[in-house]
Amino acid sequence: MRLSTYILRRVAMLIPVLLGVLVIIFVIAYVIPADPARAWAGPRARAEQVQVLEERYHLNDPIYTQIWIYLKNVVLHFDLGVSPTTGRPVRDDLKAFFPATFELAMCAFFLAIALGIPLGVVSALRRNRPTDHFSRVIALTGVSTPLFWSALLLQFLFYYKLGWLPAMGRSTIDITRYTGFVLIDSVLNWNWTAFGDAAIHMILPAATLAFYSMGYLVRITRGSMLEVLEAEYVITAKAKGLPRKIVIYRHALKNAIIPPLTVLGVEFGWLLGGTVLLETIFAWPGMGRYAAGSIVMVDLPAVVGYTLVVAMIMLLSNLVVDILYSVIDPRIRVGGKRR
Amino acid sequence: METREDLLVVDRLKTQFFTYGGVVEALDEVSFEIRLGEIFGLVGESGCGKSVTATSILGLVAKPGKIVSGRVLLDGENLVEKSEQEMNRVRGSRIAMIFQDPTSSLNPLFRIGYQVAEPYIYHQRRPKRQALKDATEILAKTGLPDAVEKSRNYPHELSGGMRQRAMIAMSLTCEPDLLIADEPTTNLDVTIGRQILDLVKDLQREFGASVLWITHDMAVVAQMCDRVGVMYAGTIVEKTDVRTLFRNAKHPYTERLLRAIPSAVKSADKLEEIPGSVPQLIHPPTGCRFHPRCDHVMEICSRVKPVELEVEPGHMVACHLFGGEKEAT
Amino acid sequence: MRIPGSMLFSSRYRLLQKRLHPITKEWGLTFYVLRHSTLAVVGGLIALAFIFIALFGAMLAPYNPISANIQDRFQPPSASHPLGTDTMGRDVMSRMLAGAQHSIKAGLIVLAIAVPLGVLLGGIAGLFGGWIDEVIMRVTDMFLAFPSLVLAMAFSAALGPSLFNAMIALSIVWWPMYARLVRGQALAVRETSYVEAARSRGASNWHIMFKHILPNCLSPILVTLTLDMGWVITAAASLSFLGFGAQPPIPEWGRMVSDGRIYMLRAWWMSVFPGLGIVLVVLGFNLLGDGIRDSLDPKLRRLTEVTWKPEKTSSSSTD
Repeated sequence: MRLSTYILRRVAMLIPVLLGVLVIIFVIAYVIPADPARAWAGPRARAEQVQVLEERYHLNDPIYTQIWIYLKNVVLHFDLGVSPTTGRPVRDDLKAFFPATFELAMCAFFLAIALGIPLGVVSALRRNRPTDHFSRVIALTGVSTPLFWSALLLQFLFYYKLGWLPAMGRSTIDITRYTGFVLIDSVLNWNWTAFGDAAIHMILPAATLAFYSMGYLVRITRGSMLEVLEAEYVITAKAKGLPRKIVIYRHALKNAIIPPLTVLGVEFGWLLGGTVLLETIFAWPGMGRYAAGSIVMVDLPAVVGYTLVVAMIMLLSNLVVDILYSVIDPRIRVGGKRR
Repeated sequence: METREDLLVVDRLKTQFFTYGGVVEALDEVSFEIRLGEIFGLVGESGCGKSVTATSILGLVAKPGKIVSGRVLLDGENLVEKSEQEMNRVRGSRIAMIFQDPTSSLNPLFRIGYQVAEPYIYHQRRPKRQALKDATEILAKTGLPDAVEKSRNYPHELSGGMRQRAMIAMSLTCEPDLLIADEPTTNLDVTIGRQILDLVKDLQREFGASVLWITHDMAVVAQMCDRVGVMYAGTIVEKTDVRTLFRNAKHPYTERLLRAIPSAVKSADKLEEIPGSVPQLIHPPTGCRFHPRCDHVMEICSRVKPVELEVEPGHMVACHLFGGEKEAT
Repeated sequence: MRIPGSMLFSSRYRLLQKRLHPITKEWGLTFYVLRHSTLAVVGGLIALAFIFIALFGAMLAPYNPISANIQDRFQPPSASHPLGTDTMGRDVMSRMLAGAQHSIKAGLIVLAIAVPLGVLLGGIAGLFGGWIDEVIMRVTDMFLAFPSLVLAMAFSAALGPSLFNAMIALSIVWWPMYARLVRGQALAVRETSYVEAARSRGASNWHIMFKHILPNCLSPILVTLTLDMGWVITAAASLSFLGFGAQPPIPEWGRMVSDGRIYMLRAWWMSVFPGLGIVLVVLGFNLLGDGIRDSLDPKLRRLTEVTWKPEKTSSSSTD
């Protein structure tokens, strides 16, 4: 199968899952709450406001009408309702908060990959030696530490005690926004002071998030590398008399990298989930803090809208990972299914 | 029979695996020699140590395993004592290997041509483009149809027979002195296997290499080999030229092996089996390792390990039936 | 032309390599390897200590964990209050001892709902195949499209904030992973010759499920279960931290971290110790789960260079 055909098929397979995701969201938003209209209008809404919502979303009609109206609203207009807290459409709120979260998640993601995969490889090569123990303990501690606590502790240490890094926010310098991504905008403004400022604000949250999420990557990389090092084609490569470096970094690593690669999509999802906790603590003006704040205000539309957006990002990232995977592994394109 | 110079001498090689279940004595003082330009067959049941012999020669014994003692002399140089770097100059260049399963022995993520070209690139320092071109040539030599096109394919796009041809091409790139073939036809169907046998024999003549041919198939031994070593449970029990083996086998195990071969004369239901199975090598039988399954077992067999005796010129047998009077230890 | 028996031998060997053999039969060896892994033993001890505290912690607490004692506010760690006191003068150590039960309850309840549900659905999917498999696995995919914490958050937002609802939310989120695991195993087992043999004897689907599929899933489930215990505890604590789970004055550890957050400069011990407790417990379960995984993995076991003699060697050594 050609690569382009494979990608098209993969995208087509996404549609039913996306539809299912929308149905789950519908259940959360309209079926579970005892009085959905009241839940959507917010705890302080007046009776007329609740009435308006009821009519707008046909909440007194049978459930299949409701789901039809809901799907039409979401798919055609991306209408996620109005947040009773901010009084604005949830869609607009999320649009404003999205870049901050995405920027943070991407930075943490690449940091986790850059640290996690080499650590896993080294761990496998030095199996049962101090380096291996060290990297496994690091990985395990990262996985075992609740994000909200490590964030709190690091903030306390690096800001209050040492004063090396800022504790809150994304930046302190105002610049013209083009993309909403501060690191990119500061470069576009040719303002290196702003870039440095944004970068310094990024360090602590991104590092905390990366430390938390890289453990899984270390474990999977280590396991797959150990397995591949025993594979027959690696023995063939050795029997050919290839230098150790070529055997390990060309023949073994290319194969060993596939399992960690397949979990990168899940990994990114974790990072996004983690941002809820992290943004709360670092006062990071992103979707996660918005969602966490909405929880306190019992703002159902905001929470539900956030959940939908996160699920969509996760589906997309899984798609990207699958495509990447099929580029590396030529076998995958044959049947379109994993081994 | 003319005597030729020895290319490879394996001298009392002892390889053991240190597992949680105990020490597996995979090879117990295995000795044989391969002469220049000959095909030496190593035959025996599964699990008797044939493949371990091959990996021991190449210094590639898998992790809990170790060569405990013994020597492997290639042109007089002891390979066991060589460093990893020195061995890398031997592997693939002076000794090359063809594996049993071409499917799992080829790296699934690299094109055939590149994998065949690697020895050119790393042993002979040819530029990559030249190496890839030469790889196509040697692939064509092994009878791979459309070698130019196939060399751009990935392993999963070729059939089993084609993959094994690619493996053979890969092993011949540096014109090795010794080719080790570890049951290269086991995973192929019979007609393709036959083609591969003919191919190796032709190429061996052309390149003048010696071959260590590992198999459990007596018919293949008869067709391919000049001399044969019969292995049982990590020991060599009989060693001679192929004619003598089929006419005048001495060791009880060899006799039984030969009787287990089906032929046009005997019908399949009269085939004889060897009673019992290959023993566990963690606690191998004492004395002669074959004695629990042997028809001619004597009192001494369970106590003393038999030494190799030359029963006629060039015919070695390790059995107490032939000169067990000496109680050597 | 082959030597009789050799084919049979090698095919059996392959079967072993594919890990379809129920390794749980070798509990003796598994336990042996496990005991010899220091980290796994440490993890097991932490987990045991935690269970003990969860059971008897409330009785061991030297102070009342709930009632306020205003004159003792913000006491730093000292002999009388080893872990200090909080905003209302309550002893942090007593609150932690009394609160351990909420964490373990969360873990146990969530897994007690999620695991049987996932195992059942996964088993059915793998066993019956066809459209049943297709439907169940697509539903699983949909649930796995969400980060678990976010989905649990949305469910608890709809259900209303309470510790019980948080557990329900986590259970809804947790089952798909088990469904996937069991289905994969079931598919592999279904193809084996011994299941085909059982089928040809007329064994029912349920017989195959309980006699062949579930025993084969036991070890991977055990590993996942142990690791997940840590995960669920963290997730429940995270929900509490966000205000979804335990409501005051319940001394849930995540909630305690959250309550102490704004007093970090004044009374760091309020947040640091409960958080440290979570880390220790989760680390314990992770170490134990990792240890079990390694000791059950035949590949790793083969590489383990320990000498293990199942029975006393009777005969003397050969050479």
